Amino acid sequence: MNIQTPVNEVRNLRFDEFSSLESLAKATEQARKRNYQDFLIVDVDSHHYESESYGQIFKYIESPVLRRQAIESSARGGRSSMLGGSVGYQDIGGRITRHWLRKHEKVEDTSKHRDITTTLRWMDAMGVDYACLFPTPMLFLGTHPQVEVEVAMARAYNRWLCEQILAKEKRIISMLYLPFNDPDATYKVVKDFGDKPGVVGFMVTSPRYKPVHDNAYMKTYRLLEEMGKPISFHAAYNWNDQSLQLTNRFIGVHALGFMWFNMVHMTNWVVNGLPERFPKLKVMWIESGLTWAYSLMQRLDHSYKMRTSDCPQLKRKPSEYMREMYYSSQPMEVPDDPSILEATFKMINAETQLVWSSDYPHWDFDLPGVIHDLPFLNEKARRNILGGNAARLFNLDTTPVKKIP
Amino acid sequence: MTELFVAKLGDFKEGDRRIVRSPKGEIGVFHHGGAFYAYANNCVHSGGPACEGITIPKVVDIIAEDKTYHGQTFDESEMHFVCPWHGYEYDLKTGTCIGDPRLKLRRYDVVQRDDTVYVIA
Repeated sequence: MNIQTPVNEVRNLRFDEFSSLESLAKATEQARKRNYQDFLIVDVDSHHYESESYGQIFKYIESPVLRRQAIESSARGGRSSMLGGSVGYQDIGGRITRHWLRKHEKVEDTSKHRDITTTLRWMDAMGVDYACLFPTPMLFLGTHPQVEVEVAMARAYNRWLCEQILAKEKRIISMLYLPFNDPDATYKVVKDFGDKPGVVGFMVTSPRYKPVHDNAYMKTYRLLEEMGKPISFHAAYNWNDQSLQLTNRFIGVHALGFMWFNMVHMTNWVVNGLPERFPKLKVMWIESGLTWAYSLMQRLDHSYKMRTSDCPQLKRKPSEYMREMYYSSQPMEVPDDPSILEATFKMINAETQLVWSSDYPHWDFDLPGVIHDLPFLNEKARRNILGGNAARLFNLDTTPVKKIP
Repeated sequence: MTELFVAKLGDFKEGDRRIVRSPKGEIGVFHHGGAFYAYANNCVHSGGPACEGITIPKVVDIIAEDKTYHGQTFDESEMHFVCPWHGYEYDLKTGTCIGDPRLKLRRYDVVQRDDTVYVIA
């Protein structure tokens, strides 16, 4: 046995500093080993914490009264604010240290918004070329009791995002927030922002209580179909939902909530014949995983054969419409038996309809390896899911632009 | 097999941890309960830095003899360490993944020679 007496590299751990590149060093090792530099990787669902920029965003609120309310209420720490928050403990009681350490990340470059710098850091560390960026606290804004607050924040955030982030960094793209509780304002957001640089579609946060088949939304769906821009439904939970209130642990409300609202919206979308009314409208379902789609396809097909009169617009089985929609991959539920996952991929026609997503920096993020390392995918399918499908959907250049450290 | 320097004993207090780079990859070395434990710093889930998160006791539900629930508490006799990427927990004394005990982190032996701690890799 050799005894290595010289001091080899030994490091202590610190919990008062953070670096995206160091935190994701092992992801970078994976990116190098798997040659991610050679092909396109698009992340269709990532996040920043827009609440850290409320000071800037609130200035974009058009109503002077709501603008003052937002600025004043956010300045009173510990008191109720205009926007409220969501109950939950996503970082598992502080166990996911990067969740709270990230606030300590140093950014020297003040010529552009901090979120651009930190986003590009984790993108390069993982091997991502383009990232579709979404807000975080605003995922819960669809349950806000004041519709006009949702509209005001949607318009302010979208304007701020377009001007301060998307216009300044081409690798960051977004599907903009739709204030869905106000159908006319929803239409106006698509009209006003649809041609802005970096806007590749529009996003509805799923926890809300307006049915997607309401006639008031038809003009928006038609407009999106004409523009060729996708509509997406981004899952989240609402622990105040009457059914979900029965759960007593975050694992319960998260596992169910992130599927539940999209299952409701998908069911309404299909049985009300929206795929027949808007056959060219691209629809994407975000952050519900994949198992829900598989089970809902089987469930709706089973019932449809007996109850075609409930959905007379359909010319095919529900699953056939669902198989033409897009699904983001995270959180990839990996069963012990890979054949089950393979069947799920087959069910949703993953080679053309599945789009990889990280959900970074949220607590249950995925790396590109969740797709890259699957034994049953061929190279073409692997590259489609990691970037090719999203590039076609968002009309992106397929040349890799990342800089893996 | 090589003995890799970890720390001088006087610098490696109870509850401390070191990450040692070895030819076989990074190794996390823990000083806990008067003993040393060393594991591959490579989470079984997605390859995260498993040994670089917090240490925290096991959580238990308090269930009375009549099977009723009476809150939660920590079991200080079973310490875990937690991967900072996603929260996968490991038994500090065995390296066993709590969420799937079939999975374990690779374990390395630790030796103390005079006033110095080494890990064998």
